[in-house]
Amino acid sequence: MDFKLKIWRQKNAQAKGSFRTYPVSDVSPEMSFLEMIDYLNKQIIESGGEPITFEQDCREGICGSCGLYINGRPHGPMRRTTTCELHMREFSDGETIVIEPWRSKAFPVIKDLVVDRSSFERVMHAGGFISVDTGSAAEANSLPVSKHNSDKAFDAAACIGCGACVAACKNSSAVLFAAAKIAQYALIPQGKAEAKERVDRMVKQMDTEGFGYCSNTYGCEFDCPKGISVDFIALMNREFFSSKLCKQIPGKYTRKV
Amino acid sequence: MQKLDSKIPDGPLADKWKNYKAGLRLVSPANKKKIEIIVVGTGLAGSAAASSLGELGYKVKVFCFQDSPRRAHSVAAQGGINAAKNYRNDNDSVYRLFHDMIKGGDYRAREANVYRAAEVSNDVIDHFTALGVPFARDYGGTLDTRSFGGVQVSRTFYAKGQTGQQCLLGTYSSLNRQIAKGTVKMYPRRDMLDIVIIDGKTRGIITRNLLTGEIERHSAHAVVLATGGYGTVFYLSTLGLGSNASAAWSAFKKGAFFANPSFIQIHPTSIPVLNDYQCKLTLMSESLRNDGRVWVPKQKGDKRHPVEIPEDERDYYLERRYPAFGNLVPRDVASRAAKERCDAGYGVGDTGLSVYLDFKDAIAKQGEDKIRDKYGNLFEMYEKITGINPYRQPMRIYPAGHYTMGGLWVDYNLMTTIPGLFAIGESNFSDHGANRLGASSLMQCCGDGYFILPNTISDYLADDIRTGKIPEEDKEFEKAEKNVSDRIKRIMSVKGKQTASSFHKRLGKIMWDHCGMRRDAEGLKKGMELLKELEKEFWSDICIPGSDRELNQELEKALKVADFFEVGRLMCEDALQREESCGAHFREEHQTETGEAKRDDSKFAFVGAWEFQGQDARPKLHREELEFKYVELKERSYK
Repeated sequence: MDFKLKIWRQKNAQAKGSFRTYPVSDVSPEMSFLEMIDYLNKQIIESGGEPITFEQDCREGICGSCGLYINGRPHGPMRRTTTCELHMREFSDGETIVIEPWRSKAFPVIKDLVVDRSSFERVMHAGGFISVDTGSAAEANSLPVSKHNSDKAFDAAACIGCGACVAACKNSSAVLFAAAKIAQYALIPQGKAEAKERVDRMVKQMDTEGFGYCSNTYGCEFDCPKGISVDFIALMNREFFSSKLCKQIPGKYTRKV
Repeated sequence: MQKLDSKIPDGPLADKWKNYKAGLRLVSPANKKKIEIIVVGTGLAGSAAASSLGELGYKVKVFCFQDSPRRAHSVAAQGGINAAKNYRNDNDSVYRLFHDMIKGGDYRAREANVYRAAEVSNDVIDHFTALGVPFARDYGGTLDTRSFGGVQVSRTFYAKGQTGQQCLLGTYSSLNRQIAKGTVKMYPRRDMLDIVIIDGKTRGIITRNLLTGEIERHSAHAVVLATGGYGTVFYLSTLGLGSNASAAWSAFKKGAFFANPSFIQIHPTSIPVLNDYQCKLTLMSESLRNDGRVWVPKQKGDKRHPVEIPEDERDYYLERRYPAFGNLVPRDVASRAAKERCDAGYGVGDTGLSVYLDFKDAIAKQGEDKIRDKYGNLFEMYEKITGINPYRQPMRIYPAGHYTMGGLWVDYNLMTTIPGLFAIGESNFSDHGANRLGASSLMQCCGDGYFILPNTISDYLADDIRTGKIPEEDKEFEKAEKNVSDRIKRIMSVKGKQTASSFHKRLGKIMWDHCGMRRDAEGLKKGMELLKELEKEFWSDICIPGSDRELNQELEKALKVADFFEVGRLMCEDALQREESCGAHFREEHQTETGEAKRDDSKFAFVGAWEFQGQDARPKLHREELEFKYVELKERSYK
């Protein structure tokens, strides 16, 4: 297969980037998308150029490192598929493929297709945990958790933190990312004690980082490689309003906010 | 010469850890604040250790090469995590878990360490549950378990086929809590390139900031390596592409002994190679063998579509050869059996290098929904990669390089032969002998990080309460930094023609052919020669575009590949000295009449720990004799 690749090249965070076009030929349909870029990079290096920088690690859709904006969609045309799981057989021979980094104010470009997602880390630092020290856990089966809630918590926890939801959103909102973590803990008894403060802090941090608001277009769910449901955003909103109410009631907050 | 002292405590096996722990010294809360600890790597072991040490009040600095600690390759573990809870009333116990691990490791692991790993396994499950890790549950709300390769009880806790991810997000959450509290400082996008030793004690590391290229000095009172395994030495492996040996290797070159480097697990159920540009093999969890049946056609070179091959023309070779365990034989046995069939010409697929894993019977018996519930995400992953729907036709699988049982030699305190340098998780050698049983790596990583290291490192640090901050201006830091800078200058100045990946691919092929699933003396010697030649070519023809003062992924790759030549040679050296077959290490010269591994306990019941002797000198072998007081050494039979 032959393709024309239009790829975003940017030397560093300060430099002005631009698209460059690379023809690539003799691509096997069995190749994954990133293997195709490896193949192109080999040719670029051997002809004295600088290879295209992109992030990747596990190449099996679980680490969340890779994330390219392909033909106007995060992770490309296939649903529930990360960039590394995408294969060239999904494209048609001769096609022009446009490849960009995630575009969001909260994800500044570092180089070529690599962006800085440390804003996600800071949202997690704000409350993406249950405060329990090593050694203080009770026997695991002493606290039954309904299978229904546990399974739903798992569905929320399947988020890989890749940032596709933000890239898909016209407002660059991170609510699906935050909601997934908030919902995971709100659904199970272990997470209840801090639930009210958790949602408050994480939402505040999202705003601080420059992520936009949610306007319910559901683009995030559509493009999420793990199919995280927007239902969790509804759950987060409920938690958030309940948190606001609880703030007025003495004793409902365990810590000062 | 250093003497190997494993520091295994006296007393009965079941009381060793309890009694030993009671005698370990503590550091007072006021003093902990003055003590700094570096943790390298943020997989399960690293992030568990860092968060626990942070909770204790130490000043912790954590390093990883990824942009976030959540991306460490523990995330890709699929099947589960073992614990001796005996929730199924199937007569499981700490002793049985210990016994299974010792036997599964083909009697090449330390009894005391393995027993301790089994002992703390239950605490790990309790802790993860408290952290909100969504393990699978039964309708009554209690935790579910499943059985896993090589054992006869159901002790594996799981979260669909994403157990590693869910456990890692658990340790990541506890790490985040400490980062928010300020007890842990996170340094992402750093490659550790050297350790710094001052007056005989490990006092820091040298890192390269991957964004700016700056070479940085970081000091501490102790350093913990949680840097994973070196399975990417095969190029094609189930590991993440960034996984590497460099941190452990720099420790080896500074005097830390490297134990059993040739013990490397080849996982039986990976998706086979599909094209020439592939740089990664994707694992299909071993848990699939609970319901999938492995087979090849009875007729050589049978090119029919698998669903067209009738039942009586299929050879379910694992069930045939190992009736007691069938498809659930341990990984090393399953891998060699697959290779044997393929080498004999019965393999399937275009290359003839794969076998079928068939769910037809399980689907007929349990229904498609039940199978989807258990393995849905794995089936989906398989279909995405191959374009084949495994609900309709069998998967094709083949063995792939996976997990390294070998690693830095550590004593009972998890300390290497360099004082103040600890190694935990996959980066040490301690608990899996010559072969690891499924679902015991998550268990060991978390046990090391949460429950063992925080106790033993405090005992070591009790001597450091008056030391004060370690100055990064020390001449040892300067020397180490210069070494690292010189090496980078040297590699950048080659300006050759070939890419790091193309060297890595050739290196991997040499290792796979000469030091892979089956080894012999001649092949190993040949392998070492080929590695030397290729290494020479590398240092005269490696091409790294761009500069070292920026984000330069080619430089990162080249530095890792440069170390793999040396790692590969040590693996061959170790495989050559071990004139027996045990676990994953199979020497052609040492097999039974039926082609099973033939161990030699009279000569080789030891840990082979290698000491660096200089760049071009042969490393020196030290033996730590293994004593078995609680298990009887038997032929490992799964028939």
